[in-house]
Amino acid sequence: MSVSRFWRKIPQRYNLIGTQCTSCGRYFFPPRSLCPDCRRSGKIVDHKFNGEGTVVTYTVIRSASDQFEHTTPYVLAIVELDEGPRLTTQVACLPEEAKIGMRVRSVFRRIAADGESGTIHYGTKFVPTE
Amino acid sequence: MRDVAVIGVGCTEFGEHWGTSFRDLFVKAGALALEDAGISGENLDALYVGNMSAGRFVEQEHIGALIADYAGLATNHVPSTRVEAACASGGLAFRQAVIAVASGMEEIVVAAGVEKMTDVGTGASVDMLASAADREWEGFAGATFPGLYAMIATDYMHRYPLTREQLAQVAVKNHENGAKNPIAQFRNRITVDTVLNSSLVADPLRLFDCSPITDGAAAVVVVPLERAREFTDSPVRVLASAQASDTIALHDRRDISTLDASVAAGKRAFAQAGLTHKDIDMLEVHDCFTIAEICAIEDLGFCKKGEAGRLTEEGVTALGGEIPVNTSGGLKACGHPVGATGIKQIYEIVNQLRGEAAGRQVDAEIGMAHNVGGTGATVVVHILGA
Repeated sequence: MSVSRFWRKIPQRYNLIGTQCTSCGRYFFPPRSLCPDCRRSGKIVDHKFNGEGTVVTYTVIRSASDQFEHTTPYVLAIVELDEGPRLTTQVACLPEEAKIGMRVRSVFRRIAADGESGTIHYGTKFVPTE
Repeated sequence: MRDVAVIGVGCTEFGEHWGTSFRDLFVKAGALALEDAGISGENLDALYVGNMSAGRFVEQEHIGALIADYAGLATNHVPSTRVEAACASGGLAFRQAVIAVASGMEEIVVAAGVEKMTDVGTGASVDMLASAADREWEGFAGATFPGLYAMIATDYMHRYPLTREQLAQVAVKNHENGAKNPIAQFRNRITVDTVLNSSLVADPLRLFDCSPITDGAAAVVVVPLERAREFTDSPVRVLASAQASDTIALHDRRDISTLDASVAAGKRAFAQAGLTHKDIDMLEVHDCFTIAEICAIEDLGFCKKGEAGRLTEEGVTALGGEIPVNTSGGLKACGHPVGATGIKQIYEIVNQLRGEAAGRQVDAEIGMAHNVGGTGATVVVHILGA
Protein backbone atom coordinates (compact mmCIF):
# COMPACT_ATOMS: atom_id res chain seq x y z
CA MET A 1 0.00 0.00 0.00
CA SER A 2 1.38 3.39 -0.96
CA VAL A 3 2.55 5.79 1.77
CA SER A 4 -0.23 8.33 1.22
CA ARG A 5 -2.92 5.67 1.04
CA PHE A 6 -1.79 4.29 4.38
CA TRP A 7 -1.09 7.67 5.99
CA ARG A 8 -4.52 9.16 5.33
CA LYS A 9 -6.21 6.52 7.49
CA ILE A 10 -3.64 6.41 10.32
CA PRO A 11 -6.05 7.67 13.03
CA GLN A 12 -8.59 5.06 11.98
CA ARG A 13 -6.06 2.23 11.75
CA TYR A 14 -4.08 3.07 14.91
CA ASN A 15 -6.88 4.11 17.24
CA LEU A 16 -9.98 2.34 15.92
CA ILE A 17 -11.70 5.59 15.00
CA GLY A 18 -14.75 5.00 12.87
CA THR A 19 -17.83 7.08 12.26
CA GLN A 20 -21.39 7.44 13.49
CA CYS A 21 -24.52 8.71 11.79
CA THR A 22 -26.07 11.11 14.31
CA SER A 23 -29.38 10.97 12.44
CA CYS A 24 -30.02 7.27 13.11
CA GLY A 25 -27.27 6.51 15.66
CA ARG A 26 -25.63 3.72 13.63
CA TYR A 27 -21.87 3.18 14.03
CA PHE A 28 -19.45 2.38 11.21
CA PHE A 29 -16.11 0.65 11.21
CA PRO A 30 -14.48 0.63 8.71
CA PRO A 31 -15.50 4.31 8.60
CA ARG A 32 -18.14 5.41 6.10
CA SER A 33 -18.77 8.98 4.97
CA LEU A 34 -22.33 8.17 3.86
CA CYS A 35 -24.91 6.37 6.00
CA PRO A 36 -26.46 3.56 3.91
CA ASP A 37 -29.77 4.02 5.76
CA CYS A 38 -30.08 7.84 5.89
CA ARG A 39 -27.92 8.56 2.82
CA ARG A 40 -27.58 12.32 2.20
CA SER A 41 -29.86 13.28 5.10
CA GLY A 42 -27.53 11.60 7.61
CA LYS A 43 -24.88 13.58 9.51
CA ILE A 44 -21.60 11.69 9.96
CA VAL A 45 -19.19 12.33 12.85
CA ASP A 46 -16.05 10.52 14.03
CA HIS A 47 -16.38 7.95 16.78
CA LYS A 48 -13.65 6.21 18.75
CA PHE A 49 -14.63 2.65 19.55
CA ASN A 50 -13.87 1.21 22.98
CA GLY A 51 -12.14 -1.76 21.34
CA GLU A 52 -14.09 -4.57 22.97
CA GLY A 53 -15.76 -7.16 20.81
CA THR A 54 -16.63 -10.77 20.03
CA VAL A 55 -15.31 -13.17 17.37
CA VAL A 56 -18.09 -13.88 14.84
CA THR A 57 -16.08 -16.26 12.64
CA TYR A 58 -12.41 -17.00 11.99
CA THR A 59 -9.87 -18.97 10.02
CA VAL A 60 -6.19 -19.80 10.30
CA ILE A 61 -4.29 -18.49 7.29
CA ARG A 62 -1.65 -21.06 6.28
CA SER A 63 -0.87 -19.69 2.82
CA ALA A 64 -0.69 -15.92 2.48
CA SER A 65 0.23 -13.22 0.00
CA ASP A 66 3.92 -12.30 -0.19
CA GLN A 67 3.53 -9.49 2.36
CA PHE A 68 2.16 -11.81 5.05
CA GLU A 69 3.81 -15.10 4.11
CA HIS A 70 6.50 -14.91 6.82
CA THR A 71 3.87 -14.54 9.56
CA THR A 72 1.85 -17.68 8.77
CA PRO A 73 0.03 -19.35 10.38
CA TYR A 74 -2.07 -16.51 11.77
CA VAL A 75 -5.64 -16.24 13.00
CA LEU A 76 -7.88 -14.02 10.87
CA ALA A 77 -11.32 -13.19 12.19
CA ILE A 78 -14.42 -11.10 11.79
CA VAL A 79 -14.95 -9.30 15.09
CA GLU A 80 -18.18 -7.62 16.09
CA LEU A 81 -17.46 -4.53 18.18
CA ASP A 82 -19.73 -3.99 21.16
CA GLU A 83 -21.11 -0.86 19.45
CA GLY A 84 -22.31 -3.04 16.53
CA PRO A 85 -20.05 -2.82 13.48
CA ARG A 86 -17.95 -5.74 12.29
CA LEU A 87 -14.40 -5.68 10.95
CA THR A 88 -11.82 -8.08 9.57
CA THR A 89 -8.75 -8.37 11.78
CA GLN A 90 -6.03 -10.64 13.03
CA VAL A 91 -6.44 -12.13 16.48
CA ALA A 92 -3.09 -12.54 18.22
CA CYS A 93 -3.59 -15.99 19.71
CA LEU A 94 -2.61 -19.57 18.95
CA PRO A 95 -4.63 -21.20 16.13
CA GLU A 96 -6.10 -23.76 18.53
CA GLU A 97 -7.24 -21.03 20.93
CA ALA A 98 -9.49 -19.31 18.39
CA LYS A 99 -13.20 -19.93 18.72
CA ILE A 100 -16.52 -18.38 17.77
CA GLY A 101 -17.92 -16.22 20.55
CA MET A 102 -14.50 -15.50 22.05
CA ARG A 103 -14.27 -12.07 23.73
CA VAL A 104 -11.43 -9.91 22.41
CA ARG A 105 -10.04 -6.38 22.78
CA SER A 106 -8.06 -4.22 20.38
CA VAL A 107 -4.29 -3.74 20.61
CA PHE A 108 -1.80 -1.70 18.60
CA ARG A 109 0.44 -3.96 16.51
CA ARG A 110 2.70 -4.11 13.49
CA ILE A 111 0.60 -5.50 10.61
CA ALA A 112 2.94 -5.72 7.62
CA ALA A 113 5.71 -3.91 5.76
CA ASP A 114 6.27 -2.90 2.15
CA GLY A 115 9.38 -5.01 1.64
CA GLU A 116 12.56 -4.71 3.73
CA SER A 117 13.10 -0.99 3.19
CA GLY A 118 9.47 0.15 2.73
CA THR A 119 6.93 1.62 5.11
CA ILE A 120 6.01 -0.43 8.15
CA HIS A 121 2.24 -0.62 8.49
CA TYR A 122 0.97 -0.52 12.05
CA GLY A 123 -2.64 -0.96 12.97
CA THR A 124 -5.13 -2.77 15.13
CA LYS A 125 -5.19 -6.45 16.02
CA PHE A 126 -7.23 -8.08 18.75
CA VAL A 127 -6.26 -10.29 21.69
CA PRO A 128 -8.40 -12.64 23.78
CA THR A 129 -9.59 -11.16 27.09
CA GLU A 130 -10.58 -14.44 28.72
CA MET B 1 -37.13 -5.57 -25.40
CA ARG B 2 -36.27 -8.33 -27.86
CA ASP B 3 -35.69 -11.96 -27.00
CA VAL B 4 -32.06 -13.02 -27.34
CA ALA B 5 -30.43 -16.30 -28.36
CA VAL B 6 -26.95 -17.82 -28.32
CA ILE B 7 -25.95 -19.10 -31.76
CA GLY B 8 -22.33 -20.09 -31.23
CA VAL B 9 -19.87 -20.93 -28.47
CA GLY B 10 -16.12 -21.52 -28.17
CA CYS B 11 -13.67 -22.19 -25.37
CA THR B 12 -9.95 -22.86 -25.11
CA GLU B 13 -8.69 -25.69 -22.97
CA PHE B 14 -8.36 -24.44 -19.42
CA GLY B 15 -4.97 -24.94 -17.81
CA GLU B 16 -1.46 -23.59 -17.49
CA HIS B 17 -0.75 -22.29 -20.98
CA TRP B 18 2.91 -21.37 -20.65
CA GLY B 19 3.29 -21.08 -24.41
CA THR B 20 0.16 -19.04 -25.13
CA SER B 21 -0.27 -15.31 -24.54
CA PHE B 22 -3.28 -13.40 -23.22
CA ARG B 23 -4.23 -12.19 -26.70
CA ASP B 24 -3.73 -15.57 -28.36
CA LEU B 25 -6.01 -17.24 -25.81
CA PHE B 26 -8.75 -14.79 -26.64
CA VAL B 27 -8.30 -15.05 -30.40
CA LYS B 28 -8.55 -18.84 -30.20
CA ALA B 29 -11.80 -18.79 -28.19
CA GLY B 30 -13.30 -16.10 -30.41
CA ALA B 31 -12.47 -17.99 -33.60
CA LEU B 32 -14.06 -21.17 -32.21
CA ALA B 33 -17.25 -19.27 -31.34
CA LEU B 34 -17.52 -17.59 -34.75
CA GLU B 35 -16.88 -20.88 -36.49
CA ASP B 36 -19.57 -22.54 -34.39
CA ALA B 37 -22.00 -19.73 -35.25
CA GLY B 38 -21.08 -19.91 -38.92
CA ILE B 39 -20.30 -16.20 -39.18
CA SER B 40 -17.19 -14.14 -39.74
CA GLY B 41 -15.75 -11.22 -37.85
CA GLU B 42 -17.05 -8.64 -40.29
CA ASN B 43 -20.62 -9.56 -39.26
CA LEU B 44 -20.02 -8.43 -35.68
CA ASP B 45 -21.58 -5.27 -34.28
CA ALA B 46 -19.92 -5.27 -30.86
CA LEU B 47 -17.68 -7.13 -28.41
CA TYR B 48 -17.96 -7.32 -24.63
CA VAL B 49 -14.94 -8.81 -22.90
CA GLY B 50 -14.95 -9.95 -19.28
CA ASN B 51 -11.55 -9.63 -17.65
CA MET B 52 -10.68 -9.17 -14.01
CA SER B 53 -7.12 -8.06 -13.80
CA ALA B 54 -5.02 -7.99 -16.96
CA GLY B 55 -3.51 -4.81 -15.54
CA ARG B 56 -1.87 -6.78 -12.78
CA PHE B 57 -1.60 -10.27 -14.30
CA VAL B 58 -0.02 -9.18 -17.60
CA GLU B 59 0.41 -5.43 -17.04
CA GLN B 60 -1.96 -4.63 -19.87
CA GLU B 61 -5.00 -2.39 -19.69
CA HIS B 62 -7.19 -1.21 -22.55
CA ILE B 63 -8.26 -4.81 -23.10
CA GLY B 64 -11.28 -4.02 -25.26
CA ALA B 65 -9.14 -2.37 -27.93
CA LEU B 66 -6.37 -5.00 -27.72
CA ILE B 67 -8.88 -7.78 -28.24
CA ALA B 68 -10.60 -6.03 -31.15
CA ASP B 69 -7.21 -5.42 -32.74
CA TYR B 70 -5.89 -8.98 -32.49
CA ALA B 71 -9.28 -10.40 -33.47
CA GLY B 72 -8.85 -8.48 -36.73
CA LEU B 73 -11.70 -6.08 -36.01
CA ALA B 74 -9.80 -2.84 -35.44
CA THR B 75 -9.91 -1.72 -39.05
CA ASN B 76 -13.70 -2.25 -39.04
CA HIS B 77 -13.76 -0.11 -35.88
CA VAL B 78 -16.05 -2.58 -34.08
CA PRO B 79 -16.91 -1.24 -30.62
CA SER B 80 -15.22 -3.35 -27.95
CA THR B 81 -15.82 -2.93 -24.23
CA ARG B 82 -14.06 -4.49 -21.27
CA VAL B 83 -16.34 -5.47 -18.40
CA GLU B 84 -15.03 -6.03 -14.88
CA ALA B 85 -16.64 -7.45 -11.75
CA ALA B 86 -13.78 -9.56 -10.37
CA CYS B 87 -14.60 -13.27 -10.81
CA ALA B 88 -18.06 -12.36 -12.19
CA SER B 89 -16.56 -10.41 -15.12
CA GLY B 90 -17.50 -13.12 -17.62
CA GLY B 91 -21.11 -13.42 -16.51
CA LEU B 92 -21.37 -9.66 -16.56
CA ALA B 93 -19.92 -9.44 -20.09
CA PHE B 94 -22.57 -11.91 -21.24
CA ARG B 95 -25.25 -9.82 -19.55
CA GLN B 96 -24.00 -6.65 -21.28
CA ALA B 97 -24.13 -8.42 -24.64
CA VAL B 98 -27.66 -9.65 -23.93
CA ILE B 99 -28.77 -6.15 -22.91
CA ALA B 100 -27.21 -4.66 -26.05
CA VAL B 101 -29.07 -7.06 -28.33
CA ALA B 102 -32.32 -7.03 -26.34
CA SER B 103 -32.42 -3.24 -26.46
CA GLY B 104 -32.16 -3.18 -30.24
CA MET B 105 -28.91 -1.18 -30.19
CA GLU B 106 -26.83 -4.10 -31.54
CA GLU B 107 -27.56 -7.16 -33.70
CA ILE B 108 -24.69 -9.64 -33.64
CA VAL B 109 -22.56 -9.43 -30.53
CA VAL B 110 -19.74 -11.48 -29.03
CA ALA B 111 -19.52 -11.88 -25.27
CA ALA B 112 -16.16 -13.21 -24.16
CA GLY B 113 -14.01 -13.70 -21.12
CA VAL B 114 -10.28 -14.12 -20.76
CA GLU B 115 -7.69 -14.37 -18.01
CA LYS B 116 -3.99 -15.14 -18.15
CA MET B 117 -2.96 -15.87 -14.57
CA THR B 118 0.26 -17.89 -14.73
CA ASP B 119 2.58 -15.08 -15.84
CA VAL B 120 2.97 -14.13 -12.17
CA GLY B 121 3.98 -16.22 -9.14
CA THR B 122 1.49 -17.81 -6.75
CA GLY B 123 2.02 -15.23 -3.98
CA ALA B 124 1.36 -12.40 -6.41
CA SER B 125 -1.76 -14.04 -7.78
CA VAL B 126 -3.08 -14.69 -4.25
CA ASP B 127 -2.62 -10.97 -3.63
CA MET B 128 -4.41 -10.03 -6.88
CA LEU B 129 -7.35 -12.30 -6.17
CA ALA B 130 -7.67 -10.69 -2.74
CA SER B 131 -8.37 -7.42 -4.54
CA ALA B 132 -11.81 -8.85 -5.39
CA ALA B 133 -12.54 -8.16 -1.71
CA ASP B 134 -11.95 -4.89 0.18
CA ARG B 135 -8.26 -4.09 -0.19
CA GLU B 136 -8.16 -1.41 2.52
CA TRP B 137 -10.14 -3.15 5.25
CA GLU B 138 -9.87 -6.88 4.50
CA GLY B 139 -6.64 -7.30 2.53
CA PHE B 140 -4.76 -4.89 4.77
CA ALA B 141 -5.47 -7.08 7.79
CA GLY B 142 -4.01 -10.13 6.03
CA ALA B 143 -7.17 -11.58 4.51
CA THR B 144 -6.60 -13.84 1.53
CA PHE B 145 -9.39 -14.84 -0.80
CA PRO B 146 -9.43 -18.45 0.45
CA GLY B 147 -9.32 -17.01 3.97
CA LEU B 148 -12.56 -15.11 3.45
CA TYR B 149 -14.37 -18.18 2.11
CA ALA B 150 -12.84 -20.15 4.98
CA MET B 151 -14.53 -17.75 7.40
CA ILE B 152 -17.82 -18.45 5.59
CA ALA B 153 -17.14 -22.18 6.06
CA THR B 154 -16.34 -21.77 9.77
CA ASP B 155 -19.55 -19.82 10.33
CA TYR B 156 -21.59 -22.24 8.22
CA MET B 157 -20.28 -25.38 9.94
CA HIS B 158 -20.89 -23.80 13.34
CA ARG B 159 -24.56 -23.20 12.50
CA TYR B 160 -25.57 -26.03 10.16
CA PRO B 161 -24.97 -29.79 10.07
CA LEU B 162 -22.31 -29.84 7.33
CA THR B 163 -19.52 -32.38 7.80
CA ARG B 164 -15.97 -31.98 6.55
CA GLU B 165 -16.54 -35.12 4.42
CA GLN B 166 -19.63 -33.65 2.77
CA LEU B 167 -17.66 -30.55 1.88
CA ALA B 168 -15.00 -32.77 0.31
CA GLN B 169 -17.71 -34.53 -1.71
CA VAL B 170 -18.23 -31.31 -3.67
CA ALA B 171 -14.65 -31.50 -4.95
CA VAL B 172 -14.87 -35.25 -5.58
CA LYS B 173 -18.04 -34.78 -7.65
CA ASN B 174 -16.59 -31.87 -9.62
CA HIS B 175 -13.39 -33.80 -10.42
CA GLU B 176 -15.57 -36.71 -11.56
CA ASN B 177 -17.29 -34.34 -14.01
CA GLY B 178 -14.06 -32.65 -15.01
CA ALA B 179 -12.61 -36.06 -15.90
CA LYS B 180 -15.25 -36.19 -18.65
CA ASN B 181 -14.68 -32.68 -19.98
CA PRO B 182 -12.03 -32.28 -22.72
CA ILE B 183 -11.39 -28.62 -21.83
CA ALA B 184 -11.02 -29.20 -18.06
CA GLN B 185 -7.76 -28.31 -16.31
CA PHE B 186 -8.02 -31.36 -14.05
CA ARG B 187 -9.30 -34.57 -15.62
CA ASN B 188 -8.32 -36.80 -12.73
CA ARG B 189 -10.70 -38.42 -10.28
CA ILE B 190 -10.10 -37.88 -6.58
CA THR B 191 -11.49 -39.31 -3.36
CA VAL B 192 -12.64 -37.74 -0.10
CA ASP B 193 -9.26 -38.77 1.33
CA THR B 194 -7.46 -36.81 -1.39
CA VAL B 195 -9.21 -33.70 -0.15
CA LEU B 196 -8.84 -34.43 3.56
CA ASN B 197 -5.13 -35.27 3.21
CA SER B 198 -4.27 -32.18 1.15
CA SER B 199 -2.55 -29.28 2.88
CA LEU B 200 -4.51 -26.69 4.83
CA VAL B 201 -4.79 -23.36 3.03
CA ALA B 202 -7.11 -21.55 5.45
CA ASP B 203 -8.86 -23.69 8.07
CA PRO B 204 -11.10 -25.56 7.44
CA LEU B 205 -10.39 -25.28 3.69
CA ARG B 206 -7.66 -27.45 2.18
CA LEU B 207 -5.92 -27.27 -1.17
CA PHE B 208 -8.50 -29.54 -2.83
CA ASP B 209 -11.34 -27.32 -1.61
CA CYS B 210 -9.93 -24.50 -3.75
CA SER B 211 -10.27 -23.77 -7.45
CA PRO B 212 -6.90 -23.50 -9.20
CA ILE B 213 -5.01 -20.72 -10.94
CA THR B 214 -5.82 -21.04 -14.63
CA ASP B 215 -5.27 -19.54 -18.06
CA GLY B 216 -8.18 -19.64 -20.47
CA ALA B 217 -10.70 -17.85 -22.64
CA ALA B 218 -14.26 -18.45 -23.77
CA ALA B 219 -16.59 -16.68 -26.19
CA VAL B 220 -20.22 -16.86 -27.26
CA VAL B 221 -22.24 -15.14 -30.00
CA VAL B 222 -25.65 -13.65 -29.26
CA VAL B 223 -28.27 -12.36 -31.71
CA PRO B 224 -31.97 -11.44 -31.61
CA LEU B 225 -34.00 -14.65 -31.28
CA GLU B 226 -35.99 -13.75 -34.40
CA ARG B 227 -32.78 -13.95 -36.47
CA ALA B 228 -31.23 -16.98 -34.76
CA ARG B 229 -32.52 -19.50 -37.32
CA GLU B 230 -30.55 -17.70 -40.04
CA PHE B 231 -27.43 -19.06 -38.39
CA THR B 232 -28.25 -22.30 -36.60
CA ASP B 233 -30.86 -25.04 -36.24
CA SER B 234 -30.27 -25.22 -32.50
CA PRO B 235 -30.33 -21.71 -31.00
CA VAL B 236 -30.33 -21.50 -27.21
CA ARG B 237 -32.64 -18.87 -25.77
CA VAL B 238 -31.69 -16.49 -22.99
CA LEU B 239 -34.69 -16.79 -20.67
CA ALA B 240 -33.37 -14.51 -17.92
CA SER B 241 -30.44 -12.24 -17.15
CA ALA B 242 -30.18 -10.96 -13.59
CA GLN B 243 -27.56 -9.23 -11.50
CA ALA B 244 -27.31 -8.14 -7.87
CA SER B 245 -24.85 -6.33 -5.61
CA ASP B 246 -23.97 -6.59 -1.93
CA THR B 247 -21.39 -5.09 0.42
CA ILE B 248 -17.83 -5.40 -0.87
CA ALA B 249 -16.57 -6.71 2.50
CA LEU B 250 -17.71 -10.00 3.99
CA HIS B 251 -17.79 -8.47 7.48
CA ASP B 252 -20.59 -6.08 6.43
CA ARG B 253 -22.97 -8.80 5.23
CA ARG B 254 -26.34 -9.39 6.89
CA ASP B 255 -25.46 -13.08 7.24
CA ILE B 256 -21.92 -14.45 6.78
CA SER B 257 -23.14 -17.79 5.35
CA THR B 258 -25.73 -16.43 2.91
CA LEU B 259 -24.81 -14.60 -0.27
CA ASP B 260 -27.79 -12.24 -0.32
CA ALA B 261 -26.80 -11.16 -3.84
CA SER B 262 -27.23 -14.79 -4.98
CA VAL B 263 -30.66 -14.84 -3.35
CA ALA B 264 -31.65 -11.57 -5.02
CA ALA B 265 -30.25 -12.38 -8.48
CA GLY B 266 -31.80 -15.86 -8.35
CA LYS B 267 -35.24 -14.52 -7.49
CA ARG B 268 -35.03 -11.87 -10.23
CA ALA B 269 -34.01 -14.50 -12.78
CA PHE B 270 -36.88 -16.84 -11.89
CA ALA B 271 -39.33 -13.92 -12.04
CA GLN B 272 -38.03 -12.79 -15.45
CA ALA B 273 -38.22 -16.27 -16.93
CA GLY B 274 -41.54 -17.10 -15.28
CA LEU B 275 -40.05 -20.38 -14.12
CA THR B 276 -39.68 -22.23 -10.83
CA HIS B 277 -36.91 -24.42 -9.44
CA LYS B 278 -38.59 -27.56 -10.77
CA ASP B 279 -38.09 -26.26 -14.32
CA ILE B 280 -34.27 -26.07 -14.03
CA ASP B 281 -32.56 -29.24 -15.30
CA MET B 282 -28.93 -28.35 -14.56
CA LEU B 283 -26.83 -25.73 -12.79
CA GLU B 284 -23.41 -24.24 -13.34
CA VAL B 285 -22.58 -22.50 -10.05
CA HIS B 286 -19.59 -20.55 -8.81
CA ASP B 287 -17.64 -23.13 -6.79
CA CYS B 288 -14.45 -21.11 -6.31
CA PHE B 289 -14.30 -23.08 -3.05
CA THR B 290 -16.29 -26.15 -2.03
CA ILE B 291 -18.25 -24.14 0.54
CA ALA B 292 -19.27 -21.73 -2.25
CA GLU B 293 -21.10 -24.49 -4.14
CA ILE B 294 -22.95 -25.47 -0.95
CA CYS B 295 -24.03 -21.85 -0.39
CA ALA B 296 -24.96 -21.35 -4.07
CA ILE B 297 -27.33 -24.32 -4.21
CA GLU B 298 -29.09 -23.08 -1.09
CA ASP B 299 -29.04 -19.35 -1.82
CA LEU B 300 -30.55 -19.94 -5.27
CA GLY B 301 -33.35 -21.75 -3.46
CA PHE B 302 -32.82 -25.34 -4.63
CA CYS B 303 -32.94 -26.53 -1.01
CA LYS B 304 -33.14 -25.10 2.49
CA LYS B 305 -30.11 -23.65 4.27
CA GLY B 306 -28.11 -26.48 5.78
CA GLU B 307 -29.24 -29.19 3.34
CA ALA B 308 -26.86 -28.92 0.37
CA GLY B 309 -24.10 -30.96 2.02
CA ARG B 310 -26.41 -33.93 2.54
CA LEU B 311 -27.80 -33.61 -1.01
CA THR B 312 -24.24 -33.62 -2.39
CA GLU B 313 -23.38 -36.70 -0.35
CA GLU B 314 -26.52 -38.47 -1.62
CA GLY B 315 -25.58 -37.77 -5.25
CA VAL B 316 -28.50 -35.46 -5.98
CA THR B 317 -26.10 -32.95 -7.61
CA ALA B 318 -24.03 -35.56 -9.49
CA LEU B 319 -24.30 -36.15 -13.25
CA GLY B 320 -27.02 -38.77 -12.87
CA GLY B 321 -28.72 -36.96 -10.00
CA GLU B 322 -31.96 -35.03 -9.80
CA ILE B 323 -30.28 -31.66 -10.37
CA PRO B 324 -26.76 -32.00 -11.81
CA VAL B 325 -24.50 -29.18 -10.58
CA ASN B 326 -21.31 -28.16 -12.38
CA THR B 327 -21.34 -30.74 -15.14
CA SER B 328 -18.27 -28.97 -16.59
CA GLY B 329 -16.29 -29.83 -13.47
CA GLY B 330 -16.99 -26.39 -12.10
CA LEU B 331 -14.32 -23.92 -11.16
CA LYS B 332 -12.71 -26.62 -9.04
CA ALA B 333 -11.87 -29.13 -11.78
CA CYS B 334 -12.51 -27.32 -15.06
CA GLY B 335 -10.38 -24.44 -13.78
CA HIS B 336 -10.97 -20.80 -12.96
CA PRO B 337 -9.46 -18.21 -15.29
CA VAL B 338 -11.44 -15.58 -13.40
CA GLY B 339 -12.63 -13.38 -16.28
CA ALA B 340 -13.45 -16.37 -18.50
CA THR B 341 -15.37 -18.48 -15.98
CA GLY B 342 -18.77 -16.82 -16.43
CA ILE B 343 -18.61 -17.33 -20.20
CA LYS B 344 -17.45 -20.92 -19.79
CA GLN B 345 -20.58 -21.55 -17.73
CA ILE B 346 -22.70 -20.36 -20.68
CA TYR B 347 -20.54 -22.49 -23.03
CA GLU B 348 -21.19 -25.58 -20.89
CA ILE B 349 -24.94 -25.01 -20.63
CA VAL B 350 -25.26 -24.44 -24.40
CA ASN B 351 -23.33 -27.66 -25.04
CA GLN B 352 -25.61 -29.54 -22.64
CA LEU B 353 -28.84 -28.09 -24.07
CA ARG B 354 -27.74 -28.93 -27.61
CA GLY B 355 -26.91 -32.49 -26.54
CA GLU B 356 -23.22 -32.05 -27.40
CA ALA B 357 -21.69 -32.71 -23.98
CA ALA B 358 -20.59 -36.26 -24.86
CA GLY B 359 -19.50 -38.30 -21.80
CA ARG B 360 -20.97 -35.83 -19.32
CA GLN B 361 -24.29 -35.29 -21.14
CA VAL B 362 -27.33 -34.82 -18.92
CA ASP B 363 -30.99 -34.71 -19.90
CA ALA B 364 -31.57 -30.97 -19.91
CA GLU B 365 -33.73 -28.40 -21.65
CA ILE B 366 -33.21 -25.52 -19.22
CA GLY B 367 -30.01 -24.59 -17.40
CA MET B 368 -28.96 -21.90 -14.93
CA ALA B 369 -25.58 -20.17 -14.63
CA HIS B 370 -24.47 -18.50 -11.39
CA ASN B 371 -21.33 -16.35 -11.40
CA VAL B 372 -20.00 -14.61 -8.27
CA GLY B 373 -17.64 -11.67 -7.94
CA GLY B 374 -15.57 -11.49 -4.75
CA THR B 375 -17.21 -13.08 -1.75
CA GLY B 376 -20.64 -12.21 -3.12
CA ALA B 377 -20.52 -8.46 -3.79
CA THR B 378 -21.65 -9.12 -7.37
CA VAL B 379 -23.74 -12.06 -8.52
CA VAL B 380 -24.92 -12.66 -12.08
CA VAL B 381 -27.53 -15.33 -12.85
CA HIS B 382 -28.67 -16.44 -16.29
CA ILE B 383 -31.29 -18.96 -17.36
CA LEU B 384 -30.95 -20.54 -20.79
CA GLY B 385 -33.45 -22.75 -22.61
CA ALA B 386 -33.19 -25.05 -25.59
